[in-house]
Amino acid sequence: MPSIVNRGADWFRSIGTEKSPGTAIFSIVGNVKFPGLVEIAMGTTLRTLIFDICGGIANKKAFKAVQIGGPSGGCLSDVFLDTPIDFDSLTQAGAMMGSGGMVVMDEDSCMVDVARYFLDFTQKESCGKCTFCRIGTKHLLDILDRITKGEGREEDLTILESLAKDIKQGSLCGLGKTAPNPVITSLKYFFDEYVAHVREKRCPALKCRALIAYYIDLDRCARGCEVCVGSCPVEAIFTTKGRKKAIDQAKCVKCGECMAVCPKEYDAVRKVSPPSLAPIIERPPEEKIKEGA
Amino acid sequence: MVKITVDGKELEVEEHLTVLEACLKNGIFIPHLCFLKTRPHPHASCRLCFVSIEGYDRPVTSCTEKVRDGMVVRTDTPEVRSLQKSAFKLLMSLHPCHAKICPTEKPCLLMRIAKHLGVGLNPKPLEYIDRGLPDLVDFGPLYYVPNRCVLCAKCIHTCRSINQKPLLTFARRGIMTMVAYFDGGDGDADVCSNCKACVEICPVAALLPKSAFPSSVEK
Repeated sequence: MPSIVNRGADWFRSIGTEKSPGTAIFSIVGNVKFPGLVEIAMGTTLRTLIFDICGGIANKKAFKAVQIGGPSGGCLSDVFLDTPIDFDSLTQAGAMMGSGGMVVMDEDSCMVDVARYFLDFTQKESCGKCTFCRIGTKHLLDILDRITKGEGREEDLTILESLAKDIKQGSLCGLGKTAPNPVITSLKYFFDEYVAHVREKRCPALKCRALIAYYIDLDRCARGCEVCVGSCPVEAIFTTKGRKKAIDQAKCVKCGECMAVCPKEYDAVRKVSPPSLAPIIERPPEEKIKEGA
Repeated sequence: MVKITVDGKELEVEEHLTVLEACLKNGIFIPHLCFLKTRPHPHASCRLCFVSIEGYDRPVTSCTEKVRDGMVVRTDTPEVRSLQKSAFKLLMSLHPCHAKICPTEKPCLLMRIAKHLGVGLNPKPLEYIDRGLPDLVDFGPLYYVPNRCVLCAKCIHTCRSINQKPLLTFARRGIMTMVAYFDGGDGDADVCSNCKACVEICPVAALLPKSAFPSSVEK
């Protein structure tokens, strides 16, 4: 502000692009090395912002998506990295400037789950006045919920698309008009992830709890190490015949604690999707006798 | 008077009217639930009365558009129908239709709309949403049926303009929004018992006088 007052509006307008002059302040969070508030000139590309200014994706992961404009903004994939950040380009891509919020997501983010998360927010925000926002967002959320639980049906994909479009067009106020954006953009740019959830009951990012399973790689597990057993909140980990550890899939609640505590030098806990890929290891009989006694 | 064209038909209408009123007056049916003549500002919440107007890039609700001379309106474009069907299906997903026990005069407004749009009274392909609301809510002299209510707010407006008191109001929010009864003492219950304007204005029989109920239900 002081520099605008000192140097005048013409100076401020000389920064940025013709249609979106000046600068914008973004709050960048998520899987970047240096999250925080950044003021950039309009027209800076997403790549410059994410990879140069914010240091790129943390933990050597790959970039997957960036969600721009708060809960009702859109999720853009890597093909949009060279899009300049200004009002028109973002709107054209299906996102928006909105509140200047930017969530960067790495390869471990499931886009269906992300859409579900944002819809959960907007659905709760709906005031309940108009039909589309009040009931429509609830249906979108219910369908996304179903898909992340592995209960998605083929027709859900077409319903999601047409309902989201109708809510966007038919709602009374701005909340409903923008609430379906996360669904519309993730369907558009990450359709294969939806398809994997619905047709193969598989979560490619290994995020949706109902669609994954943990197992212990017996070749990597160390004899006698008991760290995972202690961490498991539901006593799903048992000792196999070879004195290694295995997970009882019927008991496992997929919290991921064992994976987090397994010592780095062993790194024996694996995550797979769909859950049927996890090898089934029987509990040794003596354990059963103990349980019964 | 202004001249407008609706679905190719030229109409001469009074200039203060909305597109919806002008059409209804001339026998052109546009689906609507929340429109109420006596309301100074349209509620515009049901999202059923969409029309296409030349010069607009998307369908607009006809209850919020005033007629203008030379306006060209279409009530049945594919975009309009798609939005109307979608809104109607959404409403029906909270309104399980039990025509046999429903006390509305048949065909009710929802049935007329369904017939006009050429759709059934079910929410297909959407599913019914169970909000866990009770079948009947006690409103003092009235019963309220939340799973029938379409939240058109006609009852709330009518009650306020007749009784000058906010006996009915909206409660909760989002998907859980429902109408609520507020008895502030001071003879409010008597005012309500002697009126029943809300019962008459309700298009879906979501408000019923207790006296109309068989004693077996009333407990």
